[in-house]
Amino acid sequence: MIQVKNVSKIYETGEVETKALDNVSFNINDGEFVAIMGPSGSGKSTLMHILGALDTPTSGTYILDGKKLENLNDDELADIRNRKIGFIFQAFNLLPRTTALKNVMIPMMYAGVPKKERLKVAQKYLEMVGLSDRMLHTSNQLSGGQQQRVAIARALVLSPSIILADEPTGNIASTQAEEIMAIFQKLNKKGHTILMITHEPDIAEHAKRIIHLRDGKLVEDGNGHKQKIAAVKSKVI
Amino acid sequence: MEYQEIVEEAFATLSLNKLRTGLAMLGIIIGIGSVIALMALGQGSQKAVANQIQSLGANLLTISPASQRGGFVQGGAGSASTLTYADALAIENSSEIVNVERVSPEFSRRAQVTTGGKNTNTQIAGVTPNYSVVRKVEVSAGNFITDRDVSSQTKVAVLGPQVVSDLFGDNATPIGQSIRIQGQSFRVVGVTVSKGGSGFQNQDDVIYIPLTTAQKSLFGSTSLSSISVEAKSEDVMVAAQDEIGYLLLSRHKLSDPAQADFSIFSQNDILSTASSVTGTFTTLLSGIAAISLIVGGIGIMNIMLVTVTERTREIGLRKALGAKKAVIITQFLVEAIILTLVGGLVGMVLGIGASYIIAKIISLPFAISLISIVLAVTVSGGIGIAFGFYPAKKASNLQPIEALRYE
Repeated sequence: MIQVKNVSKIYETGEVETKALDNVSFNINDGEFVAIMGPSGSGKSTLMHILGALDTPTSGTYILDGKKLENLNDDELADIRNRKIGFIFQAFNLLPRTTALKNVMIPMMYAGVPKKERLKVAQKYLEMVGLSDRMLHTSNQLSGGQQQRVAIARALVLSPSIILADEPTGNIASTQAEEIMAIFQKLNKKGHTILMITHEPDIAEHAKRIIHLRDGKLVEDGNGHKQKIAAVKSKVI
Repeated sequence: MEYQEIVEEAFATLSLNKLRTGLAMLGIIIGIGSVIALMALGQGSQKAVANQIQSLGANLLTISPASQRGGFVQGGAGSASTLTYADALAIENSSEIVNVERVSPEFSRRAQVTTGGKNTNTQIAGVTPNYSVVRKVEVSAGNFITDRDVSSQTKVAVLGPQVVSDLFGDNATPIGQSIRIQGQSFRVVGVTVSKGGSGFQNQDDVIYIPLTTAQKSLFGSTSLSSISVEAKSEDVMVAAQDEIGYLLLSRHKLSDPAQADFSIFSQNDILSTASSVTGTFTTLLSGIAAISLIVGGIGIMNIMLVTVTERTREIGLRKALGAKKAVIITQFLVEAIILTLVGGLVGMVLGIGASYIIAKIISLPFAISLISIVLAVTVSGGIGIAFGFYPAKKASNLQPIEALRYE
């Protein structure tokens, strides 16, 4: 259960203040599949980083499974990032010159999973994302879509209850985007909560709920939006 | 994470980017190697000076004619009288002289020497048998000048090894052959042991002949260039100096020591000069060590700062994937320790090797002290570890997203 209460994030560059998030509040229940949409600069990524415990809000509270994150120390936050949240970056963020297998094993190394088991689990997840023949390729030998799938496998290995994906299909071809959405659907059916940022309406359609941000403010939240997108699309066609 | 795993991970990360690891290690190797090599060279020079002084013997007095700076008296310039063989015999035999063990009069001059087609210009030293004892000259083949040679003015010569190779070629055995000094023929009877080519004067480039032959047959002189005196012990040096001074003053019919036409200087005078020389060397040495430590240290600092700062994004990523601060800090610390340890070892071996080769080339004694190695390794290693660790610690304190955004 994710509870976000009056969260704001302000960046100060010299004397200019930029409000990346402005008093945003919402709840997400376990097992939801939520898309976050909005134009660039609307604060989507900032929100995602805060939800992923990678950044802290300037004000407001973020409660994850009943725990206020502002009260946790650095190591407790590291544990949450490690076990509770699987984060998929828009830029993949794989370790360079490192094999897909090794990249996927890293979170398990920090979780203290025994070595033999790490290998087994990493292989299982790489197979799941369809990379069984690319396990020993280093990250720079893989295509964008393949790198993204390695990043997904890495986010899943400790089967976190929440998966956060920042434009998971932003840097890859549309055919591969559908494959990745299929993986997300499968994970959501298994009970994982999924939050993803996207600005592509057809990708957002996979979600059951859409949160709309503009200028750091939450402007729309709900299922009804799904129909609106469909209407817009039919007009365009 | 267990320690074994952290070490394995550190090795894996280091071998991942071989260029970066190589550059960091090169910085440490050069830092440590240059400190060790420079300090070894400084110490070698210091040792060379010490050896030079020791080879002269500590209980040696040298009497020179006319004005020369000395411990006993300051001779007047342009004195008429000079030292003679009779003066030397008097010092040896006088009942007033009790602290003198041996006396070695000497007449030296440079002259042209020929044999067959070869010729050389070298020092001709007219000496008595005592010279070999007082100046510690040994023969490697044949024999030195004898008393009979001196009394009967025989034309025999004992060659220094440098002269042998100049006139006869390397590894030749010239004994029994003849050489011509200023046109006069001399028979070679002995070759001296090499005393080493380094020094203020090359003691291997000299020909010894009997004193009387040099004075009368060769150069036509009655004077001596110097008299070397061996005192009974180091403790009676000053007493011996006084005895000889009074004897020579009375023999030269001089009442005022200020008018003395000779000077006596002891190894004490040389030693005091030498100790100021070694003092300068010690200062020079510390200076060199300090500068090379600073230069090496800055080199190591730069390369570690750059390589670790470059990895800020990696630190952010590892934090994002759940690495605790302590794990990241330990990983970078272990990497820095491995780098400085391996680099330090290689640098040490290279530094010692380089100083050995340089010492051989410029014929200095090879001297390496434990303290220079300890100093180089601890200071450079400390800097390497500190600057490999500090930026990593700083980066691990950032929010993961800030570290990931780092450019």
